[in-house]
Amino acid sequence: MPDPLSSPPASTPAVRFDGAAARLGGRDIWSGVDLAVEQGTFVAVLGPNGSGKSTLIKAILGILPLSDGHLEVFGQPPGDGGGQIGYLPQRRNFDPGVRVRGVDVVRMGSDGDRWGIPLPWGKARRARDARVDEVIELVGASSYADRPIGEVSGGEQQRLLIAQALIRSPRLLLLDEPLDSLDLPNQGAVATLIADISQTSGITVLIVAHDVNPIASALDGVIYVAQGKVVSGTPEDVITTETLSALYGTPIEVLVTRDGRRVVVGQPDAASHHAGAHGSSHEHSHDHGGHG
Amino acid sequence: MPAALSLATLAGPGPNPIDDLRQMLALHFMVNAFRAGTIVAVLAAVVGWTMVLRRQSFVGHTLAVVSFPGAAAAIWLGVSATAGYFAGSIAAALIIALVPRSPAGRPGSQESAVIGTVQAFALACGALFISLYGGFLDGITGLLFGSFLGVSDDQVVVLGVVALVVLAAMGALGRPLRFATVDGDVAAARGVPVRLLSVAFLVLLGCTAAEVSQITGALLVFALLVMPAAAAQQLTARPILGLGLAMGFGLFVVWAALSFAFYSPWPVGFFVTTFGFALYLGAAGFRWAAARWPRGIREADNRIRARSDELGAAVGA
Repeated sequence: MPDPLSSPPASTPAVRFDGAAARLGGRDIWSGVDLAVEQGTFVAVLGPNGSGKSTLIKAILGILPLSDGHLEVFGQPPGDGGGQIGYLPQRRNFDPGVRVRGVDVVRMGSDGDRWGIPLPWGKARRARDARVDEVIELVGASSYADRPIGEVSGGEQQRLLIAQALIRSPRLLLLDEPLDSLDLPNQGAVATLIADISQTSGITVLIVAHDVNPIASALDGVIYVAQGKVVSGTPEDVITTETLSALYGTPIEVLVTRDGRRVVVGQPDAASHHAGAHGSSHEHSHDHGGHG
Repeated sequence: MPAALSLATLAGPGPNPIDDLRQMLALHFMVNAFRAGTIVAVLAAVVGWTMVLRRQSFVGHTLAVVSFPGAAAAIWLGVSATAGYFAGSIAAALIIALVPRSPAGRPGSQESAVIGTVQAFALACGALFISLYGGFLDGITGLLFGSFLGVSDDQVVVLGVVALVVLAAMGALGRPLRFATVDGDVAAARGVPVRLLSVAFLVLLGCTAAEVSQITGALLVFALLVMPAAAAQQLTARPILGLGLAMGFGLFVVWAALSFAFYSPWPVGFFVTTFGFALYLGAAGFRWAAARWPRGIREADNRIRARSDELGAAVGA
């Protein structure tokens, strides 16, 4: 059996909530949450605006303490293993005036929290630079990483930020709305990139999303947050008329299109749940990961 | 060289610039002016580069303006003006640090009204202290628009020590400060003390503004604090190169301005600001042109490279 401190057994869930609850500003965000995210899976966190999706992410990061219940990240209390988690916060874009290169933003992910200024030479420096190049190439950002980050497109910025989150070789990747401010072609491309990372690297990926469809074919599971409650399971189990109607407490209808897209209709915050006519149905599909 | 050289005998520069330089540096007050200007230019470049990146130029200006009532009060009370500059700027930095800001930790947005209020009140206080002292008109011009005549040995030492301390602190805070500036949310998630860093930087900025004020005057601090750094950021987004360029620009501006001011009746602040402005215009123009005609420049570049290869081949053969 491997050393439990450095590497918990594969059977330990990456994230486990037991009867967990969160309060923010005197308001209960969610409560009675029981769920487990297995290691190496690709899981989406879905739900209407303001339902507490980001709160879930912040609890896992250890930024926001639970008001009740129990939470473990790789068998440890949250907030302990700094290098284990790569985090991409929900954000606006960098504006055009930001005079910092993409490669510098990626590099900050590796040593930005260390005091002092880095030595421009030495073995550690070369190893770090090699790792920076490696993750930039992994996300396909090599051609624009040397340009100021404010001057590249939203999709390109998002790729660089994903590289930043990946640089410490985390075991868990928390992505808060990475597709939000992107146009449709970029949504598809970045979604494909994230799905590829989760399938090839074995990293556990939790992605907060408004729309499940760009990533649906690669998902192992979904966590649906609404009305202060949370349900989890496979997309086929959770995104159904019965489950969502029970969760919301009002009639919700889920339509399944011919190519397997799920469209949620009639929820209180329906505007945020459009299923666009995008995706990669004609190219190779990742459907094999879908049924669990 | 006669020891009793006075300003009156130096009506203008002669035909030989080396002689002019020797003549200028034979005067102790000019040597001190160059020493102080050099210290201040290097410090202002490093702190200013970070300030421009953080978009806190308005705060920097306010901290400098507040050094004016500090110095005026010091003169009125009969203490050293240097102490007054630092007291005013650092006190203002701490007051501004207390202003609550947006949860994202982004500098700028809502604090500007408070900062403007502090700035206006500080200027008014400065005017009051000057009038309490007895309307010392030469003094007020120096405080507001700069003077290089009266830099004492002690003042150079103080400027040097404070600059070393601030530069050392900037080095120690370097990486996390930049991380917090560019990417506050992720930095906070990584455990970087974003709020504390912002307060620390304000105090360092206050010290720097006080130092620069003593050369350029409280109102023209931007000439050294913003212009070289902003010009450098127009030209490059690389951190090391950018800092180096900002320092080079700052030193050029200070040295050229002191030399011109020595042979001219016009104030040194005017020259510092004019040279800084010219540099910024040049840098912005270069960036504009480079963005407009990247193909033309690349072609010209290739032509030059091909030509020098040809020349190199010819020399080699």
